Amino acid sequence: MASTIRVRATSNGDITEVQALVQHPMDSGFVKDAKGEIIPPHFIQQLTFEYDGKAVFVADWGAAVSKDPYVKFSFKGGKKGDDLKIGWVDNKGATDTTTAKIQ
Amino acid sequence: MITANGFPATRRPVLCHKVLRRKVLQGAGLIALFGLGDLPFGAALAAASDKYPEDAFKQKRDADAIKTLYGTSAETSDKVKLDAPEIAENGAVVPVSVSTTLDNVTSIAFFVSENPNALAAHYKIPAGTLPNVANRLKMAKTCNVIAIVESGGKLYSATKEVKVTVGGCGG
Repeated sequence: MASTIRVRATSNGDITEVQALVQHPMDSGFVKDAKGEIIPPHFIQQLTFEYDGKAVFVADWGAAVSKDPYVKFSFKGGKKGDDLKIGWVDNKGATDTTTAKIQ
Repeated sequence: MITANGFPATRRPVLCHKVLRRKVLQGAGLIALFGLGDLPFGAALAAASDKYPEDAFKQKRDADAIKTLYGTSAETSDKVKLDAPEIAENGAVVPVSVSTTLDNVTSIAFFVSENPNALAAHYKIPAGTLPNVANRLKMAKTCNVIAIVESGGKLYSATKEVKVTVGGCGG
């Protein structure tokens, strides 16, 4: 299965800017479906970005983050061609990871 | 599919998280009493609370969530720049970003005051990562978005009201 994570990491020499888009329903547990039954909560709780063996960014998310979440941040360092590791875990224990090359 | 709490995911109650947590803890205690304590219940719960601030995400009011997350309250600062639209047509996707000129930022958090649970997102900022974050949040109705920046152990906040035409909670 194709990864649920799409990442674009670009370095300008000093700073690496990272944009990530994850495919996930992010159900809050407050929304009802067409039959009037509550859709149980299903959302990403933690999204981690690792560079060179160290976490450069950790997101703790609640159900209030939008569906197919997007996040953008920057960190100092990061060379073109190096790997950035990204992984998430949701409230049902599902996970996905991917690796992106810094451009 | 089994959740971290050991409940089948589909049967997980959706409302009143606090009560649920209490029940889970009681349940774990009962199991221990009945001699099945070797199940890795306690370990899983402890590990979860170390990393993911679950209790803070269950608080309903923004002030309570800030207190649970940081144990203190924030002061307003003009060094925290919160960028959010004046009017959001769709409450399900509200682009919100924050940046700051403060040094030694260790975390950034977003709160939506009128959501069922105020805390929306919390970002850990290790040394070397810039204190700028952009993301997209759901908003139930018109209310304040609060950004909190933790810098050198102190909290600084910025607040902005966002008018929501269609709420992001009713589907």
